[in-house]
Amino acid sequence: MSPLLEAVNLVKHFQVKGDVPFLSKTVHAVDGISFSIEPDRSLGIVGESGSGKTTIARCLVRLYKPTAGDVCLEGKSISTRAGIRQLRKRVQMVFQDPGGSLNPKFSAERIIRESLLHLRVAKRREMRSMAVELLRQVGIQPSDSKKLPHQFSGGQQQRIAVARALAPRPDVLILDEPTSALDLSLQAQIIGMLVALRKDLGLTYALITHDLAVVRQLCDQLLVMYLGKPVESGPAPLILSGPQHPYSKALIGSVLRPDPETRDLEAPLHGEIPSPTAPPSGCRFHPRCPECMPICSVEEPIPWQVGEATIWCHLFSDGHGTGGDE
Amino acid sequence: MRRRTENTPVAIERLTRQANRFAEITKRRFGFAYLVFRLNPASLLGLIIVVALFLSAFFGPLALPYSPDKTNAPERFQAPSSSHFFGTDKYGRDVFTRVLSAARVDLLIALGSIGLAFVIGTAIGSLAAYFGKAVDAVLMRIMDMIKSFPQFILAMALVAALGPGVRNLIIVITVIMVPSFARMIRSRVLSLREMAYVDAARTSGVPWWKIITAYLIPNSLGTLVVTAALNVSYAMLDAAGLSYLGLGVRPPQAEWGTMISEGTSQLLAGRWWISVFPGLALFLAVLGFNLLADGLRDIIDPRMRR
Repeated sequence: MSPLLEAVNLVKHFQVKGDVPFLSKTVHAVDGISFSIEPDRSLGIVGESGSGKTTIARCLVRLYKPTAGDVCLEGKSISTRAGIRQLRKRVQMVFQDPGGSLNPKFSAERIIRESLLHLRVAKRREMRSMAVELLRQVGIQPSDSKKLPHQFSGGQQQRIAVARALAPRPDVLILDEPTSALDLSLQAQIIGMLVALRKDLGLTYALITHDLAVVRQLCDQLLVMYLGKPVESGPAPLILSGPQHPYSKALIGSVLRPDPETRDLEAPLHGEIPSPTAPPSGCRFHPRCPECMPICSVEEPIPWQVGEATIWCHLFSDGHGTGGDE
Repeated sequence: MRRRTENTPVAIERLTRQANRFAEITKRRFGFAYLVFRLNPASLLGLIIVVALFLSAFFGPLALPYSPDKTNAPERFQAPSSSHFFGTDKYGRDVFTRVLSAARVDLLIALGSIGLAFVIGTAIGSLAAYFGKAVDAVLMRIMDMIKSFPQFILAMALVAALGPGVRNLIIVITVIMVPSFARMIRSRVLSLREMAYVDAARTSGVPWWKIITAYLIPNSLGTLVVTAALNVSYAMLDAAGLSYLGLGVRPPQAEWGTMISEGTSQLLAGRWWISVFPGLALFLAVLGFNLLADGLRDIIDPRMRR
């Protein structure tokens, strides 16, 4: 059976104005990423800022048209008109900035009704009660449903955004940094709500984040990205407890732990993520990699299967690492 | 006595709370009244002038005994008096009646052309910004072409081509006003287009025309209203200017510009009232709209305050 949502060799480049007149530069935001989301197996995509996470999310809901590659919903390409229609109903997105994702001129209930109306999920006269019901489901009182977005707190705004995404009864919810704009106490509330919704509605999440604590609570699978390329993927608990790629090690090792005894001091990474307009040759991580070898700057690593994880690193090729099977 | 002093802070707090609630309710129930409340004194004066202008333009001619266009040779060239507040012109027509009657025509031309320019300019600017690329290039270059002529010269050329008259005057002033609106809304939509709520609307299946009309334009309305209010006075000046040159409203229809031009030949004879009063009316109207627009801009977009 084909997976619920699948990215096949997804590539997204942007043309931007360069320093030389009439010559545009290409930003390699996402450069060939494949993954699949199985029903009830939520996927987390992590990486630093600028690694192309949000671009992937926007390709998945077709806010961006991929430069190459494709996104498939149950094996069918979404590049067609009918495909996009199906996609809108079954895959919804929650945006990073809760305030910015709600039209300031629409009431909470009207925001939900827009989605019900244009995705044709309800009859016109049922819409109002459905919208109020959806709001109630995310913890917004029916008496507040006529309020405008600015009259809600950040946490409530994000709840409304979630309710809007739930309106067409989707199977997949793409969460783009759903908690990064919120206070810690609100983050916990929203995550708690997302955990409950997943169980109640049988949702599958694709979570874009740089907060590994959120991944731990919401994801079954994990994909670690660096500069538009995958570096490591596999079951989330496995990677979080024992990352193998040097970049995943650094990323997961940099999480602050409250207990100084258990803190293992992985050497932090130096420098900044390179510019995606001129990505490094070979392995994109080689300029910052603590275990860089001569081959790394020349040849792009191919995926190696190491146990349950897939790792894109020359360390694991034959004769170097703990073993690949290719 | 002691008890009263102890209670005072509580009372003050209660009073403040009530005052705040009153302000909140006023703001919600009487948006317009609240606006008046927020206007600075100069703009309040502008609002008063504009309201007075509208009232006198609509009800004035009904209350006056004279006809604005009917000639009355025996009473020509009378100086201002209690029976003719602003005197009479060379055909014996009451200048006061004609000034009020002209206010109707000038308001009609100014508001009509600004209203049309508002609608057309908003459509052009928002389409250009939303679709970008070729659509943007073509539409905005056309706007640049109109803007590249000196406004008044272009208006004169257009009237010369279309012929004078109120309708043609409205068309011509609309044409020269459209680029300001188009540019203003284009820049607004360009920034609003990147807002997450537009992306969210797209993922909710909202079609493009509804994103423009229900998401982008309503959120740019503030700047548009200010642009419109500022341009009303320019439209009035253009209308009067063209009519002064004989390119606008045709006599005997009363219009401030034509009245000023009819009176200039009488100035040397000491009959100043024939052109000074319509000039004063034009001056007041332009001043009123400008002051009002300034105040509106300060309320809607405080960052634009000079």
